[in-house]
Amino acid sequence: MSGRETSGHGTARTVLSGEDIGRVLTRMAHQILEKTAGGNGVVLLGIPTRGVPLARRLAARVRAVEGVELGVGSLDPTMHRDDLRFRAVRPLEVTDLPDGGIDARTVILVDDVLFSGRTVRAALDALAEFGRPRAVQLAVLVDRGHRELPIRADYVGKNMPTSRQEAVAVRLTEIDGSDAVLIVSEGADR
Amino acid sequence: MRHLLSTEDLTRDDALRVLDTAEYMATVADRSVKKLPTLRGRTVVNLFFEDSTRTRTSFEVAAKRLSADVINFSARGSSVSKGESLKDTAQTLEAMGADAVVCRHPASGAPYRLARWVRGSVLNAGDGTHEHPTQALLDAFTIRRRLGRLEGLSVTIVGDLLHSRVARSNMWLLSTLGARVTLVAPPTLVPVGVEQWPAEVSYDLDAVLPKSDVVMMLRVQRERMTAAFFPTEREYTRRYGLDADRLAAMPPSALVMHPGPMVRGMEIASDVADSTRSTVVEQVANGVSVRMAVLYLLLGGTREVT
Amino acid sequence: MTQCGDVVTSEPVAGAGRWHLRGVRPFGADPVDVVLDGGMIVEVGPGLSPAGANILDADGLLALPGLVDLHTHLREPGREDAETVASGTRAAALGGFTTVFAMANTEPVADTAGVVEQVWRLGRDAGHCDVRPVGAVTEGLRGVRLAELGAMASSAAGVRMFSDDGHCVSDAVLMRRALEYVKAFDGVIAQHAQEPRLTEDAQMNEGAVSARLGLSGWPAAAEEAIIARDALLAGHVGSRLHVCHVSTAGSVEILRWAKSKGWRVTAEVTPHHLLLTDDLVTSFDPVFKVNPPLRTATDVEALRAGLADGTIDCIATDHAPHAPQDKETEWAAARPGMVGLETALSIAILAMVETGLLDWAGLADRMAIAPGRIGGLPDASPDGTRALSAGAVANLVLVDPAARWTVDPGALASRSRNTPYAGRNLPGRVQATFLRGRPTVLDGKIV
Ligand SMILES: [Zn+2]
Repeated sequence: MSGRETSGHGTARTVLSGEDIGRVLTRMAHQILEKTAGGNGVVLLGIPTRGVPLARRLAARVRAVEGVELGVGSLDPTMHRDDLRFRAVRPLEVTDLPDGGIDARTVILVDDVLFSGRTVRAALDALAEFGRPRAVQLAVLVDRGHRELPIRADYVGKNMPTSRQEAVAVRLTEIDGSDAVLIVSEGADR
Repeated sequence: MRHLLSTEDLTRDDALRVLDTAEYMATVADRSVKKLPTLRGRTVVNLFFEDSTRTRTSFEVAAKRLSADVINFSARGSSVSKGESLKDTAQTLEAMGADAVVCRHPASGAPYRLARWVRGSVLNAGDGTHEHPTQALLDAFTIRRRLGRLEGLSVTIVGDLLHSRVARSNMWLLSTLGARVTLVAPPTLVPVGVEQWPAEVSYDLDAVLPKSDVVMMLRVQRERMTAAFFPTEREYTRRYGLDADRLAAMPPSALVMHPGPMVRGMEIASDVADSTRSTVVEQVANGVSVRMAVLYLLLGGTREVT
Repeated sequence: MTQCGDVVTSEPVAGAGRWHLRGVRPFGADPVDVVLDGGMIVEVGPGLSPAGANILDADGLLALPGLVDLHTHLREPGREDAETVASGTRAAALGGFTTVFAMANTEPVADTAGVVEQVWRLGRDAGHCDVRPVGAVTEGLRGVRLAELGAMASSAAGVRMFSDDGHCVSDAVLMRRALEYVKAFDGVIAQHAQEPRLTEDAQMNEGAVSARLGLSGWPAAAEEAIIARDALLAGHVGSRLHVCHVSTAGSVEILRWAKSKGWRVTAEVTPHHLLLTDDLVTSFDPVFKVNPPLRTATDVEALRAGLADGTIDCIATDHAPHAPQDKETEWAAARPGMVGLETALSIAILAMVETGLLDWAGLADRMAIAPGRIGGLPDASPDGTRALSAGAVANLVLVDPAARWTVDPGALASRSRNTPYAGRNLPGRVQATFLRGRPTVLDGKIV
């Protein structure tokens, strides 16, 4: 399904509907179980803001499929970003690690959109302050390309080629009231 | 926020943002690695025209935990003590490329002048008898951590209100954050014009103590006595000092605070200062978290307003 | 001096001589022509056509008697980096003044015949306006021993006004003696009323704003107590007291009471105390630091009312130039004072005329006639009736009351820049100033 809406001076195109997102997350949950031998010792850490509900949804799907309870938490990489001085000051979000910490666990970082890779790099640095995981993997709902660092995702909901002039907006019910992924073209309000 | 010059001008939202950010910073202190890379490449200058090892150290630790470069530019032994003007010093700091200047100065308002002469952010670390905003923020942070809230609390500030920058900053901040502030002092140490402050004034400490959730004691300098603000130290202590009997008159959960340095035996009895009700030690630790928060909020982004 | 020409020229030329001011409005009245000759006003009336005069088409400009400032700090000798007699009197002429009284707190202090004569000569040589030195009351302004008041009175400077301005003559006995002593030459003591103990380290008006800013307070009572004491002393010994820069509502009340007793007490108020209030200090910008300090809106209102009803006799600038290093500092380190000669008339128009409190004749009285009388100017007309009429000395100023201008500190003629009005748009521009028939300012510029 795809629709169009105008916002500001540009247009927004729906590329994933709520239903699509549900399907994609279920597939990702299966992949996680497959690749981590049944989710053994896995901790899902969502990157605020929208990575956090995505991590919770993935954990819920794993529970539904296999009855396995994964650790879930959040990790705010803001203080480790290398691009702070190019933007207005960001409010700090919650970092909340599950009991038992991350030592010797498999940490899966969860984010909504993978773009330059800088957020993930900062998250890897932030993670190092809390311990030494056995492995770190990355799950993203959308990979829109344009990487500036040698970083790739282990689990991708949808590869979505975009131009730099476009923006990808992920909307999640927990935060935005409904589920959708939009591509907003240049000139639109961001 | 561009500068932090006073709490009088601080909005409720900005004040809460500092306190919330400080909560995050406090978690850093519990980690094995206490350092964050956030302000790497930024330069923070500690410009102290008055000796205050504790405040300067607190800012220095805060800036270093955020990986900023710290330059201590103390007035003592530098050209500043040889009569170099504040304006010349400001130009020197510009040449050093200071992103933030932490300024302690004996003249009220000096950081306001500095803010007009430098491009970087200015943090008032105490100006004369005017304000000491980070002290008030760390006091509010300490109260909120201990009692869980600020809204609706009764906070009593006792001592030399006329000359206290801590009293002014706390009075503005706490009332902005919804606390009821009562100021207690001998009438000679209450400024003319206090009627316009958002605070009650009382000359009777014993009448106020049973209704106080927090009692904040201010340092009283002995030289005030020679200037006839009160007759003797003994009389001051009798009427306005916090001793064990007065502590007992306070509600059991009420806190005793002191910004330090204390004059034990004068405004506060030693056993009161060391009691479990006293937050004196926490205040020092919280000072680092609050100053990290302020440095992050001033330096952790671009200058552009969004 | 150019000789009286027989060529009528529409381009006014510099130098005294015969001047035909066409269509001026004396004290704001209907347009008339005024003829100046030999330093005097020789004819006033409609449609005059004097032969051989420089013509100035004044079409609708207001004519006022040359302004007199009882309170100017010219800083020479000693602080020529802040102001000189030449630069200060240029500023005065541009502000419409034909006489300024130069305060004694120079380095060295003007407490001897030698220093007052030096200042007087510097003024005469500069030629922009008359400089009347004020002599110190006490040696070195120290408040201990009387200076040689008689020697200064009988010097070439002919001093009649004495003041320790900047310092209060706080010793009651010394003040009484000074008041008595100057009776011998009809002198007047101008008191800077500031009780010293109550104002130790005082930084600003004591009140709500000082409480907030943590700046030590200068209480109104410290001024009022001295004025009350000195009024009582002046009444007791029958001497003339002049009170400098009155700044509080309470002072106005005390002066009203003293005048009701018939005592010979006069008073001045500065333009800045008629306009500015202490909340400006919130910026901590020392350009607003002045002594006595800016007060509250209530005080401003009382001062305006007192000036309007004559309780306060006149406006005096307290022009106090300071070098940048004395002003571009933290508040406590800055020296108090504001430059004021070039803005005084505009501020007075703003505070007193535009508010309807004074008409042009009233303003002329408060800025020219009354101060001339208090200062004992030899050619002052005691009741002002001779001003701007035939037979009077040709000291006058032509003002465009409709013109507005924006204060640019860098464009001031004063050597210092410490004006509190930077960027303000003010009413009234001085177009021409005549000193004894000779233009010192034409077309708004120094001649
Ligand atoms: Zn004075």
